[in-house]
Amino acid sequence: MTTLLEVQGVSKRFGGIVANEAISLSVPEGGIIGLIGPNGSGKTTLFNAIVGYYPIDAGSIRFEDREITRLRVPQIARLGLLRTFQQTRIYGRMDCVHNMLISTPHAHQGLWSMLTHFPREDREKAESLLEFVGLYSKRHLLAGDLSFGQQKLLEFAMALMNEPKLLLLDEPTAGINPTLINGIIERLQRVNERLGITLLVIEHNMSVIMNLAQELHCLSRGRLLASGTPEQIRTDQRVIDAYLGVQ
Amino acid sequence: MKRAPVYEYLLITGIGVAALLIPWLLPNFITQFTFLWVMVVFALTWDLLGGQMGYNSFGNVLFFGIGAYACAVVQRDSGLDYFTALALGLLCAALLSTAVSALLGAGVLGMRGHYFAICTLGLGVAAGEIAGGWEYLGAGSGMVTPQYPGGIGERDLFYYFLSLTITGTGFFTLRRLYQSRFGIAINAIRDDEDKAEAMGLHTTRYKTVAWCVAAFFLALTGGAVGNLIGFIDPRDVAFSGATFGVWMILMAILGGKGTIWGPVLGAAVFHLTQELFWNFLFGWQRVALGALIVLIVVFFPQGILGWVREAWPERFGQCVDTDRQGGEETR
Repeated sequence: MTTLLEVQGVSKRFGGIVANEAISLSVPEGGIIGLIGPNGSGKTTLFNAIVGYYPIDAGSIRFEDREITRLRVPQIARLGLLRTFQQTRIYGRMDCVHNMLISTPHAHQGLWSMLTHFPREDREKAESLLEFVGLYSKRHLLAGDLSFGQQKLLEFAMALMNEPKLLLLDEPTAGINPTLINGIIERLQRVNERLGITLLVIEHNMSVIMNLAQELHCLSRGRLLASGTPEQIRTDQRVIDAYLGVQ
Repeated sequence: MKRAPVYEYLLITGIGVAALLIPWLLPNFITQFTFLWVMVVFALTWDLLGGQMGYNSFGNVLFFGIGAYACAVVQRDSGLDYFTALALGLLCAALLSTAVSALLGAGVLGMRGHYFAICTLGLGVAAGEIAGGWEYLGAGSGMVTPQYPGGIGERDLFYYFLSLTITGTGFFTLRRLYQSRFGIAINAIRDDEDKAEAMGLHTTRYKTVAWCVAAFFLALTGGAVGNLIGFIDPRDVAFSGATFGVWMILMAILGGKGTIWGPVLGAAVFHLTQELFWNFLFGWQRVALGALIVLIVVFFPQGILGWVREAWPERFGQCVDTDRQGGEETR
């Protein structure tokens, strides 16, 4: 498998706080990679660094063999590297279909295209993706009127609408009704297999991430603590110590 | 895109016919109606940023003033006959204003929320001060626009239809824009700009184009109003933040931000009440206007249309969550 995303020696400080310290990891194309770690270990900071939201202090980030360290957020997104937010973000005062339509890929849109209507294929794709996440019957509701879990599903569908190559998911099952979690895992796997979208997933629910990911990286206090298969991580004494708070 | 309901076409036709007949039906009020069309442009162009895109600009009057001055300068210096000079002046006004908005937009639109609001406020005030000290523009004593070559009645009629044309073009341009990708994109920027950036939208491009469109129509209006009043004062007409600059915000909010009809309705209601206050509460008209503003903000924070939309959301093509709606039935 070729490497899609290469993170090398990335460091990020906020004043005296070291959020990420020389983190290196790589994401192979087509894989599902998990990112775990206790609260405050720097997982979301690393996401923000990868997508260009935080300028990093040291290190380099390469996507498809292209240096993206200094690119801005929308530029990186247009390359096909997309993230979802832990605090779900949708366009609250627009209905679900419009939320989906404006999420079409923007890479090749010229100045003129902003005056055009959305083509029929986009609408059909939007509706079929809404059906995929189970929001078809809610498609004309304002996105802000949906429940938190439904907004999370909508955000996921919007990300798929954008046809990313790599999707960074920040806690896709947090705040979701436990009975729906299996449905989400199954959808993530289908997206990975059928659409060929590579996934990098932050997840606190260990049973979810152990079943989903082929490879895990564990952060602790801003450093990369361990990497390996779910089995290796599960039995790694350093990971267990980090979670249980052993000094 | 969603097809517009029949009653919207009926409304547009009705207003259009009425607008064409007004000079003959109500000849004594022709200047008031000319200013009504001007107010509609003010409210619509403000709402393009303030309502649809979530960028509250307090300095849109800048583009109005640039338009007024640019048009007047061309009329003064071109040496052409009245109508050719006016047409050329309006064209130059629109182009100059759009260029200025594109240049400013690149920097100013990078700011968000209060920072953007304060910065635009400063721009409007600064422009007034610059114009008030610039000899080429007549400095503090302002500029006088050329005499209209025909009679008074003819002049009123000419500027009525000029304003009506600008307003009509502006309305249909914005209506078309709001139905296209552009409209959805600026709504997305309003709802969550960070998300829009994270999804790869060309946010800077959309924002700049929005400001340019607003500047274009404001400049045309500025050119027309300068000639209509016949005199351009730097602080009281061209860059008049305390009157036009505030009114455009009020009218959009009164009618309902973020809709195409809200600003139109707001402008009509505002202009009418203002004229009534001026007639019946003379001396107290500004106090009454202030009281009205307070009432609007307290009782109709969403504006008239916003309030109606909250009461009857279905009428506006929005759906509310009911069980009937579920699943296959709606396909």
